[in-house]
Amino acid sequence: MDSNVQTVFQRPSALKEVPTHYCAGCHHGTVHRLVAEAIDLLDVQQQTVGIGSVGCSVLLYDYFDIDVVEAPHGRAPAVATGVKRVHPDNVVFTYQGDGDLAAIGTAEIIHAANRGEPITVIFLNNTTYGMTGGQMAPTTLPGQVTTTSPYGRDVAKEGHPIRVAELLAMLDGTGFSARVAVDTPKRAIEAGRTILKAFEMQVKKQGFAFVEVLGACPTNWGMSPIDANARVGNEMMDFFPLGVYKDITTKG
Amino acid sequence: MKKRLFVKGNEAIAMGAIEAGCRYYFGYPITPQNDIPEYMSREMPLVGGTFVQAESEVAAINMVLGAGAAGGRVMTSSSGPGISLKAEGMSFMAGSEVPAVIVNIQRPGPGLGGIDVSQADYFQAVKGAGHGGYHLIVLAPHSVQELYDLTMLAFDLSDRYRIPAMILGDAMLGQMKEALVPNSYRAPEDLPAKDWAVTGKRGRIRSNAVKSLYLGDGELEAHNWHLHAKYERLKEREIRFEATGLEDAELILTAFGGAARIVKTAIAMARREGLKVGLIRPITLYPFPAEIYRKATAETPKVLCVELNNGQMVEDVRLSAHPGADIRFYGRPGGTGSLPNPEEIFEQICKHYKD
Ligand SMILES: Cc1ncc(C[n+]2csc(CCOP(=O)(O)OP(=O)(O)O)c2C)c(N)n1
Ligand code: SF4
Repeated sequence: MDSNVQTVFQRPSALKEVPTHYCAGCHHGTVHRLVAEAIDLLDVQQQTVGIGSVGCSVLLYDYFDIDVVEAPHGRAPAVATGVKRVHPDNVVFTYQGDGDLAAIGTAEIIHAANRGEPITVIFLNNTTYGMTGGQMAPTTLPGQVTTTSPYGRDVAKEGHPIRVAELLAMLDGTGFSARVAVDTPKRAIEAGRTILKAFEMQVKKQGFAFVEVLGACPTNWGMSPIDANARVGNEMMDFFPLGVYKDITTKG
Repeated sequence: MKKRLFVKGNEAIAMGAIEAGCRYYFGYPITPQNDIPEYMSREMPLVGGTFVQAESEVAAINMVLGAGAAGGRVMTSSSGPGISLKAEGMSFMAGSEVPAVIVNIQRPGPGLGGIDVSQADYFQAVKGAGHGGYHLIVLAPHSVQELYDLTMLAFDLSDRYRIPAMILGDAMLGQMKEALVPNSYRAPEDLPAKDWAVTGKRGRIRSNAVKSLYLGDGELEAHNWHLHAKYERLKEREIRFEATGLEDAELILTAFGGAARIVKTAIAMARREGLKVGLIRPITLYPFPAEIYRKATAETPKVLCVELNNGQMVEDVRLSAHPGADIRFYGRPGGTGSLPNPEEIFEQICKHYKD
């Protein structure tokens, strides 16, 4: 090979070389890559265990070249607790959607965070239930039309969207809680850094780390991938501001 | 001489589990099994184990799923309403072939019901409480000694077949004290290695996935036949029961767990009166000892099934018995004051013996 040729971009080794089933413009693929890059950068592929959730990312084990347990809908933080207690030196993370984590799994995520369970949680918020066809989620924005809020979410009847990153930041057991987005290259790079930090905290045994990622679901939003991507920045961020809500590592 | 202890049933389960190498326990309080989590919270740290009081039974069983998937020897315990909540997790564990021991110290239902003796969870235990059609190994001890011994066995069976195993006790067994000889545990040499467990890839070429989702054409059917073959192997190899007095019996009594204790006393009373009464006590409720019923009822067609419910195991007895057998039932479906005494069962024996 020409010694002047430099590799500047390649598949992370924590990802298998297979096409994914995600729709065009879906951000699950992007977030998978960022998680895999973090695993590679920390050189922990051999000791990482992922916990898959029920949602569009249910086939996690087909894409990540790591050990995976498939959890029942919403229960990934409890499954992760079990794995981590058996292998405290492994890196254990859950990968969950907003229906999974913020609806059926509300109890499990709050209590795992509150116990200070030393795991990493990656939470993809796309304001809808993707896999089941676009129903209203706890994160659906006011006025947003979904298949079960056909007149637009009415907060008087259907309640308010839940801001999970802020909620978990309030708990004493949480070590890190942040919200990022992947709608622009710049923000995706920033998101990658945040995800890396959340994994690094686990390696350093610094407690429960949570990253909420704002992502697009073009299929269920009924938008082109480009418009859906734009919605993340235009609408979602107004209600779900990006930022670090808690970081115990920055305290003096 | 081996030392004898005076131990409460629930504690015998916890002792047996720790002796068998269980080092992970996840649970949630519910009467009448609270002695188990209390014992575990006290003893687990002393043996380098883990005790977590989960936020719910749902979380507890999923912690069990995680720990079992990670290769740990793990247990949870509960009673009726909590076992209902664990049903989803048990279905996932059966589907993903994760070993673990689940204890149900039954209380009467349905709903909140009561907190005393009952056997109303037989269906729930042996037919598969969760979705999708599956079985657990179900063991039904009837003494404190058996609570201890069968808990140890449950871990081995569960590991050998990669299937969750349930100890089906009841409030009477859990709350009573009896003599216990704490036999030491010896691990069978031929237990398969847990090379399927998630431990981190660590030099393995292929990563492990513990899962119950099968989407490809024909994959799920193949998986379900694979699970089915396991149930068939259990029926061939792992059936356990106690049978006494069948040689000359004119009436066979059958009962499991706590009910069998009362029945045994009543049978002794009947024998003293010259009545020829035998007993079949299933120890494995799944796999069910069908064959012994078929054989025994060919000779003695009259069977009285006694349960602390309004008729659950009797259905399996009917399915197992010789065609033409005369299967009768006596049940007390739960709550304070519903526990029959031996005299009451003796009366039933006299009644069914005659007509
Ligand atoms: C107990 C249970 N309830 C409901 C479902 C159906 N279900 C599958 S995925 C899903 C929602 C997933 O949405 P989300 O977590 O937002 O993930 P996404 O698909 O959007 O990535 C639901 C409700 C299920 N599988 N199990
Ligand atoms: S339905 Fe939505 S979340 Fe699911 S793969 Fe398609 S775009 Fe992604």
